[in-house]
Parts: sequence; structure tokens; C-alpha cells
Amino acid sequence: MAASEEVLALKAEVALREKELSSLKQKLAAALLAEQESVPVSPLPPKAALSREEILRYSRQLVLPELGVRGQLRLATASVLVVGCGGLGCPLAQYLAAAGVGRIGLVDYDVVEMSNLARQVLHGEALAGQAKAFSAAASLRRLNSAVECVPYAQALTPATALDLVRRYDVVADCSDNVPTRYLVNDACVLAGRPLVSASALRFEGQLTVYHYDGGPCYRCVFPQPPPVETVTNCADGGVLGVVTGVLGCLQALEVLKIAARLGPSYSGSLLLFDALGGYFRSIQLRKRRPDCAACGEQPTVTDLQDYEAFCGSSATDKCRSLQLLSPKERVSVTDYQRLLDSGTPHLLLDVRPQVEVDICHLPHALHIPLKHLERRDAKGLKLLGEAIRERKPGTQEGAALPVYVICKLGNDSQKAVKILQALTEAHELDALTVQDVVGGLMAWAAKIDETFPQY
Amino acid sequence: MAAPLSVEVEFGGGAELLFDGVKKHQVTLPGQEAPWDIRSLLVWIKKNLLRERPDLFIQGDSVRPGILVLINDADWELLGELDYQLQDQDSVLFISTLHGG
Repeated sequence: MAASEEVLALKAEVALREKELSSLKQKLAAALLAEQESVPVSPLPPKAALSREEILRYSRQLVLPELGVRGQLRLATASVLVVGCGGLGCPLAQYLAAAGVGRIGLVDYDVVEMSNLARQVLHGEALAGQAKAFSAAASLRRLNSAVECVPYAQALTPATALDLVRRYDVVADCSDNVPTRYLVNDACVLAGRPLVSASALRFEGQLTVYHYDGGPCYRCVFPQPPPVETVTNCADGGVLGVVTGVLGCLQALEVLKIAARLGPSYSGSLLLFDALGGYFRSIQLRKRRPDCAACGEQPTVTDLQDYEAFCGSSATDKCRSLQLLSPKERVSVTDYQRLLDSGTPHLLLDVRPQVEVDICHLPHALHIPLKHLERRDAKGLKLLGEAIRERKPGTQEGAALPVYVICKLGNDSQKAVKILQALTEAHELDALTVQDVVGGLMAWAAKIDETFPQY
Repeated sequence: MAAPLSVEVEFGGGAELLFDGVKKHQVTLPGQEAPWDIRSLLVWIKKNLLRERPDLFIQGDSVRPGILVLINDADWELLGELDYQLQDQDSVLFISTLHGG
């Protein structure tokens, strides 16, 4: 009896706390919304002296003769725009706030996801689903309440970028896509602001300072955007959090040196970091190009353009959905599940890289990575041929064995279908009907089996 | 007749994935009539080192946009780009630019 009373009491307690929690969440959402509307425009006033509290707080850097009181006062009146509050922007903004930079603008259109937390260190579990710009601003305020943090929970667009960049002294490009990198560069050139740029992927990072004191801009070095298929995002390529952390800190260092007027170290040179090899390498870049479209003598970029059109890709790092196959060459996860339940003989071919198969897979799938199919790997094709012959007797006389190709999101699976079709036509494989599974294993996890991991 | 050259060819920023994931390649370019320049090095690389789709590395007779070429740690633009004549023991680095953050 006592036990059941305890259960009831606990249930009531939980219900009460849940109600409190939901009320707190509502208050938080309202507070976040109110924050978005208070956007300051005035420049920071000059500062004549440090307070007693400031002297104590910044004492370790104040005793550096290169910085000193003069440098600290410059930091206190400096404003920095951080474009992207992700793996680079988080550590960057954290060190800028800790060092006492006067105002930090935080641009990010995206929301906090669980897969961000391994590297985007200003965001915590509690704010999953909230705007990254607000989450970052809230963290920075806890760290240093004297720093003015201005969150912009929206994408940087050609319509807004120039106005925004003009309100800040230094810009840090912590973005994750090619169109935004060109947009930020052009806005900085038009507004006459130095741009500290970093990027990271896998175990590597790159850092440089553009458009500083007659140095080259991004377009001087990269006049043409890369072909879309050569650009890899962090979701596909992977990235180690420490690597973005190291690059974000180096970026903060360059921003602080510019803001304190010590001068940057990487204007006109590019720092390469190889975390796996364990080395840094500095490369001498070209000079500013007189014929540069943005910063040259007769610039053709006189206002901001359509950068998504220029680059042929969207200004996010979200995975694109390819449409290589006709609808009749594809099945939905729901249709595939029905077919699986009915016991129809077929082959499920998983074409993801081995490292992803190790994370999760469907137990009945045959695994041959797309790369092996692309290079017509003999071992892979033999394996496939055997698997097809093994399952063939289950089909009706003369009918082709149905093959379903699956990957993470349903892009690589379409490429694999094209290859299998070509192999069948060339009689390198027995007759098949090949389809791919739309949306791949992530659609399977979302719609069919909620215990299946998402990554 | 140009003598054979020993050159270090290096790939980074993901460009190495087109070369079996191998970053550093110590190569010997055979002796030939014309001097070795970056243009002819690219043809040699395409024939001898490249393992995956050439279009992800080469466009026309040059590298594709987004790959930075560095000769002895300096931007090739400072040294004549495709026309730079290779010297024995030169190091040529092909870096694919990263965009992630």
C-alpha cells in the first residue's frame, strides 16, 4: 500500500515539475523573441579608462606590454561580426568575449541539433531546437556580462549583409558553405572591413586574413567557385571538434590582434593545419590582383549579387537531394518495408562507406561501397554476382531478381542504380530490376524503425 | 634534353582522396625533350598518380577551381602558374580548399 502511495505522490510531483518546465520553456521562448528585436546600431563610444573590475578581470593580458591598457581599451570599443555560430564561431566568440571585446554580432539561421554538440561548444543539451545565435549569445553573457552580444537568428543574405557588415569593425567568416564565403568577402570589400576566414573538414583546417591593408581578398585567390560536386560538408566528410576548435581559436587570435591594432599574422598567407599529421604549415599567397572582380582596380562587383546562382549551390551545408532516377526507378521506405514483410525474394544492397556501415546497418543487407562499384572493383562485382545467383531460385522462372539499393540519404543509392543498370546492359551482371530506396536509412529511421540510429 | 627530376608531389584538403588517400608522393619525372613545367606535370599526374575521377582534379589543361597550387610553399601565381619550370627537389602541393565550419 505504502509503495503505491509513493508511486502516486511521485507521479504528482513529476506532473508538477513538467508543468513548471513547460512554463519556463514558454518564458524562454518569449525572452529569446524579445532579444531579436533589440538590435543596436550606434557605434560603441570611445573609452578613456578601465574600471577597477576590468583591471582585475583582464589583468593577465593587461601586463603584456604588446597589449597593455591601450590595447585593452581598443578591444573594449571594438565590434566583431561572427558569421556562423558553429564549430568555428563558438570557440572564436568565446575567446573574444572572454578577452573583453566590446560588441559581438552573432549570425546564424540554424537551430541547435544534437549532432552539433561534439564541436559547437557554446551550445548545450538544454537549448536543442533553439536558434544557435540566441544560444551562443546566452552562453557568452554567462561568461562575460559586460560584452554586448547581438544575435541575428537569420541567414546572411545579399539584401542584409552590407548593412550588417558596416556596423562592425572586423568580420570573422565561420560559415560552412561556398555562397556565404563569397557573400561575406564581397560585403567586406564593399564596406572596407578586414575579414578573418577559417574553415575545417575531417582532420584539416585552413586560416587566412582577407582584404587587410592592401592584401588579397577571397576572390583574388579564388576567382571561380569550385564545381558543386567537389564540395564536401561536415555531415558527409566528418570533422573532429578539436580541429574546428583549434581553427576557431587561431581565428580569434587574428581578430584580437586586428582589433588591438597589433596587426594580423596571416594577411597574404594561408595557414594549413593537419591534425592527423600533427603539423602547421604557412603558405605565401598571391598579392592583391589588380584585375580582381571585387577588390581590383575596375571591380565588376559593385553591389552584392545572387551568390547561390554564382556558385550553383545553396547557402547552407545541408545535404542536397539529387534527382538522378525517374520515380519508377525508386521505392519509398514504406513500400520497401511492405515488400520485406511479405518475404518477396530480393537483394538489399547498402552502398555506404564501411565506416558508416559500422555505425548502423540493416542486418540482411549486402554491403558494397559505391566507390567499389564506381571503379568496377572485381571483388565487389563477384560478391554481388554471387549474392544475386543465391537469391535467384526464389524468383519465378525467367523473372529478374529485384535489387534495392540503399544509402544514408538516397543520393549515392541513385548513382549506384545507374552503375548497376550499365553493368546489366554490358552483360557484366545477370538481368536485374534495380531501384533505390528514397531517403535512405535516415528515412527508414524516421518513418519505419525509430530505434534505428540517426547520424 | 632535360634530365630526370626528383620532385615531391603532395595533396591536401581532401584532394588526396583522389590519390588513394596518400598525401605525399616522392616521384621521379623521366628525362624528356622539353623542360618539365606544371602543365606537363599535371598530364603526368593524371596518367600516373590519379586514381579517381579526373574531372574532380583537372579542368582543361589546369587544375579545377578550388584547388590551390603551391610551389615550394608559395602560391603558383607568384611563379608563372602552368609555365613554371620545375627544378630538381621542388615540392608541389595541391590543396583543395575547405568550406566547412
